Amino acid sequence: MTNTIYDITHESDAILMVGTNPECAHPVIGMQIRQAVARGAKLIVVDPRDIDLAKQADIHLKLRPGTNVAFANGMMHIFIEEGLTDEKFISERTENYEAMKEAVREYTPEKVGEICGIDPDKLREAARLYASADRAPVMYCLGVTEHHTGTEGVMSLSNMALMVGKIGRPGCGVNPIRGQNNVQGACDMGASPNQFPGYQNISKEGIVEKFEKAWGVALNHKEGTKATDCFPKMINKEIRGLFIFGEDPVRTDPNTHHVIKALESLDFFVVDELFMTETAKLADVILPGISYAEKEGTFTNTERRVQRIRKAVAIAGEAKPDTWIFTEIMNRMGYPQPHLTPAEIMDEIALVTPSYGGISHGRLDSEEVGGRGLQWPCPAADHPGTPIMHVGKFARGIGYFRPAQYVPSTELPDEEYPLTMMTGRILYHYNACAMTDKTAGINEIAGESFIELNTLDAKSLGIEDGEKIAVSSRRGSIQTTAHVSEKTRAGECWMPFHYIEGGANWLTNDALDGISSTPEYKVCAVKVEKL
Amino acid sequence: MQITINGRNIEAAEGSTILQTARREGIEIPTLCYLEGVNDIGSCRLCVVELSGSEELVPACNTKVKEGMVILTHSERVKAARRMVLNLLLSEHYGDCFSCEKNGDCELQKYCIEYGVETTEFTGARKEKNFKKKDAHPFLSYDPDRCIECQRCVKTCSHVTGRGAIWLGKTGMFSIIDAPFGEDWKNTLCESCGNCAQACPTGALTVKRRKAYRAWEVEKVRTTCPHCATGCQMDLVVKNGKIVDAVGADGPSNHGLLCVKGRSGSFDFVDSPERIRYPLIKNKATGEFERATWEEALSLTASKFTEIKNQYGGEALAGFACSRSANEDIYMLQKMVRTVFGSNNTDNCARV
Repeated sequence: MTNTIYDITHESDAILMVGTNPECAHPVIGMQIRQAVARGAKLIVVDPRDIDLAKQADIHLKLRPGTNVAFANGMMHIFIEEGLTDEKFISERTENYEAMKEAVREYTPEKVGEICGIDPDKLREAARLYASADRAPVMYCLGVTEHHTGTEGVMSLSNMALMVGKIGRPGCGVNPIRGQNNVQGACDMGASPNQFPGYQNISKEGIVEKFEKAWGVALNHKEGTKATDCFPKMINKEIRGLFIFGEDPVRTDPNTHHVIKALESLDFFVVDELFMTETAKLADVILPGISYAEKEGTFTNTERRVQRIRKAVAIAGEAKPDTWIFTEIMNRMGYPQPHLTPAEIMDEIALVTPSYGGISHGRLDSEEVGGRGLQWPCPAADHPGTPIMHVGKFARGIGYFRPAQYVPSTELPDEEYPLTMMTGRILYHYNACAMTDKTAGINEIAGESFIELNTLDAKSLGIEDGEKIAVSSRRGSIQTTAHVSEKTRAGECWMPFHYIEGGANWLTNDALDGISSTPEYKVCAVKVEKL
Repeated sequence: MQITINGRNIEAAEGSTILQTARREGIEIPTLCYLEGVNDIGSCRLCVVELSGSEELVPACNTKVKEGMVILTHSERVKAARRMVLNLLLSEHYGDCFSCEKNGDCELQKYCIEYGVETTEFTGARKEKNFKKKDAHPFLSYDPDRCIECQRCVKTCSHVTGRGAIWLGKTGMFSIIDAPFGEDWKNTLCESCGNCAQACPTGALTVKRRKAYRAWEVEKVRTTCPHCATGCQMDLVVKNGKIVDAVGADGPSNHGLLCVKGRSGSFDFVDSPERIRYPLIKNKATGEFERATWEEALSLTASKFTEIKNQYGGEALAGFACSRSANEDIYMLQKMVRTVFGSNNTDNCARV
């Protein structure tokens, strides 16, 4: 996020939410959005479903899934047409505006209304409301990124914010509401095929050399393969050995059959896990690691805030700290890595990662920080951290408009598979459920997979609410329970991805975003049948 | 502006209340229904203070300061009034403290001890009504016999979580908290977050597992929730080396709030019987996992990866990190892949 959770929910005049359902996926942010609405902030919800916050919204654009780029281009077309742009901001702080203007010229509200399946006048209202509010953040989540044009979707939202000068100020910004507790940190830490810690690009001159010097070893200079691109490479034997630390791709990656086939093709497969997950079952060796409650360390939240986790308990058995496991493997494979405490590891991170340069466990535990964590960039021990980014100047210097064109989703409905299926999270479970399904009460409330079907589609198929049905795509077939309502539009349906039994990812499409290789979880074609 | 509290001259801020001013100065005034920024209905009357020139005692929580006010927070008259308030509250508060999960952590009990009110002189009228306990919900329970109608739960649900699933109802002459934990709990707006229970000053609205521990038996460990990226701060409650509860702490992104996953889904898994507690190696012949020593498992791991690397090169190896784990873990995982696997085939679940 460019901004903080506090300022976008407490200091904004309007909030524009695109493809995010925080009441389920980030409930404590959802609570603060409800508070914002109660204090009078306007709310625009752009989402293909009637999520609960849509009921409180001033405007709900219930657009067709996969049409975010068209939506954003339509908004910008209206900004220009109605003189809602911030010309001063554009001229002083941005470049490539002429190309941007040209790119959105054809995206008239009427054309966009047709692509997105929304009322052009409601799009006009949304554009006016967002542009004319003094302070308005864009918040987005996987509804934007999980498309084959997800990266273009994000850039389009950024273009929108640039055009109306809503960046670098409290209550504004472009704010991805990131998923897992430490997905921000995982990217910051350089678990990435093309970047070392702190987004230092492998391709940039001197970076590999910097780490060769810091670590005292020769390193591979070639960019690696993204996780989602690794699976086909396992099948064709380009990748033969895999170490997975705590992920469960069998449950969370698209096209489950394909993932299983890839993992079974490996010569040697090691998993560091807490539980016998669907993925762990396929391993040759399982190394038992420990959970967040058994270790010291830090998580970095969606607002770039580095906060502590602390050891509360130890459990019986021989499970080991994960850093001990990695250090042992390094030593046994010939790299002399000393065993370090988590605090010492953070000191090493700070040495090689400019944005974490001023962060240490000692400082996070100090009175100065007062339990509020530190938000990166925090380059030095006397730097207070950075709550809001791009104030006065962008990280790259000048803000760049990056025009994008709308391209339809990879797999559109047809005669055989007539419904568009989206996937997402529910309130009660987190991702693969490995943690949440150990709580009996949670399973009592939300123990089973289901599919949300539109009333008209259900009626035409003779399906009743609560009926057990079959759902199939080109990749697989499952059984689940129908929840019939108006929540999705006719021709569209939605499933949670948490469950393995009747799980959505047996059906989802492993088509990838051209830049990020994120799968198109949000759109695939399915058919629904009575049993 | 200048005011006087208990003979001390104090500089007070325009628009602030007597309670806020006193607390800022370290002068403790007891409160029950008051919840900062959420509830200042002044219904419990426990925070009353004596004000020069006013015949009636006034509630400190919602009376704004005025220039020249002279206030007594602990005069005999005030203390007598507070004893009467506690006396009346106790007359509608049934059940004994020993069997209550909030024993030792109850604000009503704390003030009764402080003001020497051990039993009530009155007979409450509500008892005859026999209001039913609501405890069908998996995590939350409401016991009207212990409720003092302070409405902290109602206001927390409507103003803080913004859900509005708890209501103040009426039954005849009695107010009653309409808590959504009865048999029909599945059909209510309740999101099971339990912020209402955290706001309750007594044992009326509780998280059910609260029964398993007493306040003096536990220690609290401040940490960050392991589920989504909001980064809620919370305390894990530890009794005899086991985590028995999680409660919201005042962090910069959550301000004391938690959701159902943080409060009720963040610790049962830690010591679950399903945890893998020993290294396992798959027996190729049977396909079954067998318990191994760390030495065996690590040696096999290192030798097999080295074999593949020597035969096919480092790019035939890959290692994925978990975006649910700590920065320190992830840093070391990518360092392992880059230094000994010899490739940059490292990634995390950000894409999926």
